[in-house]
Amino acid sequence: MAGSGTAHLRDEALLRVENLTVEFPVPGSSARVQAVSNISFDVADGETLGLVGESGCGKSTTGKAILQLPAPTSGSVRFDGVEMTDQRGEALRALRPRLQMIFQDPISSLNPRRTVGQIVGEPLKIWKRGSAKEQAAKVDEVLRAVGVDPDAAADRRPHEFSGGQCQRISIARAVVTEPKIIICDEPVSALDVSVQAQVLNLLEEMKSRYGLTMIFIAHDLAVVKNVSDRIAVMYLGKMCEVSPPDALFAEPAHPYTRALISAIPHPDPEVPAENEWRLEGDLPSPLSPPSGCRFRTRCPQAQDVCTTAEPQLSAVGDPADGHWVACHFPLATPVAIR
Amino acid sequence: MSVRSIQQPDDDVAEAARGGVLLDVADLAVHFRTSRGVVRAVDGVSFTLQRGRTLGVVGESGSGKSVTSKAIMGLLPSSGRTTTGSIRYEGRELVGLDANGYRSLWGSELSMVFQDPMTSLNPVMKIGPQITESLRLNLGMDRQTAKETAIGLLEAVRIPAPEKRFNEYPGQLSGGMRQRVVIAVALACGPKLLFADEPTTALDVTVQAQILDLLADQQRDRFMAMVLVTHDLGVVAGRADEIAVMYAGRIVEKAPTRSLFTRMAMPYTEALLNSIPRLSDPSHTRLDAIGGAPPDLVSPPPGCAFAPRCRYAQDICRNERPPLVPRDDDPEHLFACFFPVDSEVALSIRNGGGTGVNLTPTEES
Repeated sequence: MAGSGTAHLRDEALLRVENLTVEFPVPGSSARVQAVSNISFDVADGETLGLVGESGCGKSTTGKAILQLPAPTSGSVRFDGVEMTDQRGEALRALRPRLQMIFQDPISSLNPRRTVGQIVGEPLKIWKRGSAKEQAAKVDEVLRAVGVDPDAAADRRPHEFSGGQCQRISIARAVVTEPKIIICDEPVSALDVSVQAQVLNLLEEMKSRYGLTMIFIAHDLAVVKNVSDRIAVMYLGKMCEVSPPDALFAEPAHPYTRALISAIPHPDPEVPAENEWRLEGDLPSPLSPPSGCRFRTRCPQAQDVCTTAEPQLSAVGDPADGHWVACHFPLATPVAIR
Repeated sequence: MSVRSIQQPDDDVAEAARGGVLLDVADLAVHFRTSRGVVRAVDGVSFTLQRGRTLGVVGESGSGKSVTSKAIMGLLPSSGRTTTGSIRYEGRELVGLDANGYRSLWGSELSMVFQDPMTSLNPVMKIGPQITESLRLNLGMDRQTAKETAIGLLEAVRIPAPEKRFNEYPGQLSGGMRQRVVIAVALACGPKLLFADEPTTALDVTVQAQILDLLADQQRDRFMAMVLVTHDLGVVAGRADEIAVMYAGRIVEKAPTRSLFTRMAMPYTEALLNSIPRLSDPSHTRLDAIGGAPPDLVSPPPGCAFAPRCRYAQDICRNERPPLVPRDDDPEHLFACFFPVDSEVALSIRNGGGTGVNLTPTEES
């Protein structure tokens, strides 16, 4: 795996991330660990980019680095013509209402001491958007839009709501400043399947209603496929494959993508489990990542070249199809979708 | 010396192989007294489990699936709780048994794997002693034998370099490795019945597949019965012999796995399955979500608890509770519904009976 390279970037994009690297200090040593290593991707206006991979692949770190929380170690994050990494202090703060985030745990991401009305209205107060009356009307509007009755809910506190309702309230808070981009970090993985479906449908509605662009970070491929226009697969801080969802699942070119697909439990006992691509072991330590392709230690088809050379992202078929893979031996066999 | 011969003397295996009922739960009800009133967390649950078999228990948060397993395991707090009905394990009544009575069962008869591997291990105790503790206490092993057995167990749950891991702390392991340790602890004393309560919910899909395979292998090797509790029908589809779907503290459908998936009767089961995004659907397919939320268990609705969210509900559903009855042609397939998915009423509603609900996508994929 994986990959560096920028060949897959498009000319027109609302957000363009180039050669992004995020390092953290290792406690008790002078070493630094690279959570994200030289990755590039872009998101077009109105598009949803799904970012998938296992825990520790750097997908959440990438999401936060876009928001400069914290700022990346190196690389460029260009949002709507502005280089985010150059912004400091007030200039960076002024950009914040345009980029919002929704977190995994809806209950802990809401202040338990505030009422729902205060939580959703706070961004408007901070940015002094309109009069108190206009602010209240806006809070009512977004709460209604996410399916929460403002008359019943605005004066109650988060603990009185279920996880699914709290996630709706988080979404209301994120859209209230009318952002351009929302970064959703595992927004449905703490929810029951039935509630998950409600929240996914809601995110799609919000996207068309408020003209949002989204980065959707998750480990569940079926969920990501449902909401995304493009999907980027990450492994140990690197980019493996970028593709429109249908092509990614019908013809995964990266062995890691293939393994992820085969690991999805299937809600049908008649479908036999696929063991051929079952991954063994854990993610290697990012402190000393494998040389060459980082996936080679778990890849069933790794060769010598994979230890020595890092594969670059290159087009699968016609570059206009937007399917890119970073692998020396990409797969060419289509998968029967189950 | 093999690990298995320690945990499962050969006569036990032979006895187990003869089959028979291991666990018989009848009309189990668990109610909690709270300031708001009595919460009927489990309300009349009955099932039996044969030796060596797997029962999948599926439901949303608050359906009573975890409370049911904890009630059988004797792990519920006693304050404000009333448990009625009967739980017979190998013919022995467990309802009313206190912690002292349960002590001889925990580990060697009944064991449990919890959802969160971090909180079910002691973070300031090395991994080795967490396994040897129960071996020494329950099986009376000496220090050396217990250590060898524990290393054998770590090997059995496929932890690389088990001798080294024996002396490490849980914080030094990844989530998947920690869950393997939790499984090793649970298996240490050779239980005949293992409860796995959302064992993979906190893990990545790739690791989830590994852990479910591991549980299945160990279960087969040890001829152990398992209750696999999950909210994900995908997890139990290929893993359970039988599935019980719970809603609002009751079993609403119970059937052999194949029969449940091919001929599901309960609209709730159908709705759960339809709410899962499918890889075979194109992107941006609107999901068939279940509207609303599960009922308040302090004052559940008088009729069918699912009626307020059910697309097929009729007047009778809102007033009368449907009993759990077998299908006419399949005594093993139980369901609690007046208008099952393949009834004429349901069919006509599905075929555009003008209820305004989303139509179900076809099952064939």
